Amino acid sequence: MSTHFTHEFDTPAYKGKVSFPTGLFIDGKFVDGSDKTTIDVINPTNGKVITKIAEATAKDVDIAVEAAQRAFDTTWGLNASGATRSRLMTKLWEFMERDQKILAALEALDNGKTFQWALDVDIAFSTDTIRYYSGWADKIHGQVMETDDKKLTYSRHEPIGVVGQIIPWNFPLLMWTWKIGPALATGNTVVLKPSEFTPLTAIYMCSLIQEAGFPPGVVNIVTGYGHTVGNAISSHMKIEKVAFTGSTLVGRKIMENAAKSNLKNVTLELGGKSPNIIFNDADLEQAVNWSLHGIFWNHGQACCAGSRIFVQSGIYDKFLAKFTEKTKGLKVGDPFATDSYQGPQVSQQQYDRIMSYIDSGKEEGATVHVGGERVGNEGYFIQPTIFTNTEPHMKIVQEEIFGPVGVVIKFEDEDDVVHQANDTMYGLASAVFSQDINKALTVAHRLRAGTAWVNCANTLNASVPFGGYKQSGIGRELGEYALHNYTSVKAVHVNLGIKM
Amino acid sequence: MTDQFSLKLDTPAYKGTVSINTGLFINGQWLKSVNPEKLDVVNPATGKIVTSVEGGCSKDIDIAVDAAEKAYKTSWGLKVPGSTRGQMLLNLAKLIEENADEFAALEALNCGKPFGQAQQEIAGCVNEFKYYAGWADKVHGKTIETTENKMAYTRHEPYGVVAAIIPWNGPMMMLSWKVAPALATGNTIIVKPSELTPLSALKFASLVNEAGIPPGVINIVNGTGPAVGEAMAYHPRIRKLAFTGSTLTGRKIQEASAKSNLKVITLELGGKSPNIIFDDADLEQAIKWASFGIFANMGQACCAGSRIFVQEGIYDKFIEGFAAAAHYLQQNTGDPFSGKALHGPQTSSGQFDRIMSYINSGKTDGAHILSGGERDGNEGYFIKPTIFTEVKPNMKIAQEEIFGPVGVVIKFKTEEEVIEMANNTTYGLACGVFTENVSRAIRVAHALEAGTAWINTYHTIETMVPFGGYKQSGIGREQGEYALENYTQVKAVHINIGLKL
Repeated sequence: MSTHFTHEFDTPAYKGKVSFPTGLFIDGKFVDGSDKTTIDVINPTNGKVITKIAEATAKDVDIAVEAAQRAFDTTWGLNASGATRSRLMTKLWEFMERDQKILAALEALDNGKTFQWALDVDIAFSTDTIRYYSGWADKIHGQVMETDDKKLTYSRHEPIGVVGQIIPWNFPLLMWTWKIGPALATGNTVVLKPSEFTPLTAIYMCSLIQEAGFPPGVVNIVTGYGHTVGNAISSHMKIEKVAFTGSTLVGRKIMENAAKSNLKNVTLELGGKSPNIIFNDADLEQAVNWSLHGIFWNHGQACCAGSRIFVQSGIYDKFLAKFTEKTKGLKVGDPFATDSYQGPQVSQQQYDRIMSYIDSGKEEGATVHVGGERVGNEGYFIQPTIFTNTEPHMKIVQEEIFGPVGVVIKFEDEDDVVHQANDTMYGLASAVFSQDINKALTVAHRLRAGTAWVNCANTLNASVPFGGYKQSGIGRELGEYALHNYTSVKAVHVNLGIKM
Repeated sequence: MTDQFSLKLDTPAYKGTVSINTGLFINGQWLKSVNPEKLDVVNPATGKIVTSVEGGCSKDIDIAVDAAEKAYKTSWGLKVPGSTRGQMLLNLAKLIEENADEFAALEALNCGKPFGQAQQEIAGCVNEFKYYAGWADKVHGKTIETTENKMAYTRHEPYGVVAAIIPWNGPMMMLSWKVAPALATGNTIIVKPSELTPLSALKFASLVNEAGIPPGVINIVNGTGPAVGEAMAYHPRIRKLAFTGSTLTGRKIQEASAKSNLKVITLELGGKSPNIIFDDADLEQAIKWASFGIFANMGQACCAGSRIFVQEGIYDKFIEGFAAAAHYLQQNTGDPFSGKALHGPQTSSGQFDRIMSYINSGKTDGAHILSGGERDGNEGYFIKPTIFTEVKPNMKIAQEEIFGPVGVVIKFKTEEEVIEMANNTTYGLACGVFTENVSRAIRVAHALEAGTAWINTYHTIETMVPFGGYKQSGIGREQGEYALENYTQVKAVHINIGLKL
């Protein structure tokens, strides 16, 4: 009998009961891990254990791959028409809509983000992502190309087969849908490892997968650690494609494993140190509001966070004053209190890492303009923090902190700021604030990043591609572009009469 | 104010009530027309009048255009994101699905389709709305590289108010083929169903508000061609019109566009589609598909495989099997609600007369009747599945679209010969090729001048694959991604990034 999670929520933001199996989900069933071990799921508001869930090992990955392959060969893949895949995915997102508050509560409990943010953004966008890809399932088009009248030449965009997916803890459900949506729409079967820090919503989705009627083996969830399960997936000889979202450090390992095993196709969504550039002629109020969202959304735990805020000298003082005031007004508190903007960071590890960056900033001589301290004595709460008077070489300017810590840098010259903005190994996102259309678009086009926001930041849409330049990643998620990640192109040449 | 029509049916195929509002559905409301003349609705299985519905006139079209324009500017168009439009279409699909059997009953009652076939069409209609719901937030323009001094991109914008005139041979199916892509791309629409078969569209209208679709986005105005269709075709504020029906009327639509506001038109017209059976075809399958190709829906299909070319080596065996297939249908002819009928009546007395006159012309011209060739029974508009052989290519029955259960069989010798005969027509809607030789199959399919080529199959239409005619069979393509082009216009935007004069 596998693990189970039952919990009563009695909070200002949400009251309700939840109860669902938390085993590994393989071949349509909830099961224990092969070693019968468990993982503690920790509540980041107080460091206490919420529940224990089954732990997967490399052996479980093998079992999952087998089940996924079986499903691909019989009940899924091109054995299930696009219309069928669409229908099942439609049911799935309708169930997500039905259970949105449960999902939001689980997400807030597990990750520490506030219930309201989880409901309004994470769960809403996740549902929309599955809905979006349900519409692509019966629209997978190859091409017919004219070559010669004695030949019929066309391409098929076939599913790959069993794909491996490894997702992070910062947007657990959202990342689940960004991966599973396009993979299922194109006919693949999936073996997915959620983050061991935030497995609850991923596991809850398995109950919905069952309810929707997906054939067993189409979606398999194996919760475990990176060095065991993640490794097994990226090294697996029978997985031909792996998609990973997480740190650049681990991304390298994934790619290395792929090279050393079966040269599996790899897409990566990694870190960032995204520049947010505010020109003198920006709409000040808007620039402040968006910049706040750019760095402090999700407690700074966003790969595309606008963590380097470049402000032109003419507007610097005014900007900083307003930005500081608004930062001070962000309430840090319990995720289930109705007035919290920010909850705890996700784990002790993350907390330690962020605090150590804050210390390094102080040590290297930057000014803590706002924040810089822990909040309270329990859990992993950190004050929204701004550094000023930085130098480009400082760790807090160069390295991804992944916390509510922004650096504000004064600049003068457009060319200089573009150069500084691009002077990073990352290239995930960027933002430009200016009311001058020429300047706004020129700069947006010059920034070496996969997303350029003009007069906005951190606003995404299921139909628009997202991904990194340089060491921020390989490949694009979302939009029609994601379909390419999960299809193999076969060219077919039919001879209509050429004789040898 | 407007009348309700309700009928209780207690039949083997369907037990229940069918109930519709008989008014015009404009701006989310049921209205009477200023035109006092109503349209009689006849049950073609009996020839008896079932009910009558409001028939509109040009004033009603003006009111509908006003409503559709207002909706487009305020509560639809690009004011509403694609994902929301998609959701509305899904809501419609669900509601149709929930009422599927009642829809099927209305089609069977009004058109004469056997109930089971009507059910299949309603299922297709549901899929159509679901399919285009998925396109609604995927209407993409392009960004196009020119120079770095310019940001150039295209928008695929809706037209605004579009009109659809749909035929009587598959009312709900044809309604969905028009409404779904039109709405997905952000247009508002005015639909004129056929005056012969208005019932199912009226049922559909009753679901529009419930689906959450804002008033004025979908308007259903029943009426005749001269009263309503003409008003639509000439209307100065309708930007685009999609028509499915006869080639004759299609010409009038195109003329009206030329004489009014040059509105963009797409046309799905008639056909005289060739179905070519080679010696090496799978004989049993070829017979079945050929029979389906001409006798499905009592031959009332624009893409019917009505000229069946059979290679001489297989000819005798083929016509033997084909005659047996026709005979089998004749023996399973009956009331659409009998639960057993495979073949029903033609949809109207006008159609009945027209088909019978073609049959007589075939006889007069000296063709041989292999099967059928006469009325079936004394009540309603039933015609026996009919096969002509010994047909010369210049006979009327070989040249003109009969739109009934009448197939002509022509013997041929060679591939080159049959391709030429098959293409010798003003039409070009569909074609079929039966052979087990893959090279020949594809070669011939590529050589035939038709918008759809079926290989070793017939009449298998897919929501995601384009459909439409070459030559005088039509202009434009429906279905698939291609339909989106019918309902969008391309705007190119050039943003100057720093180029100074």
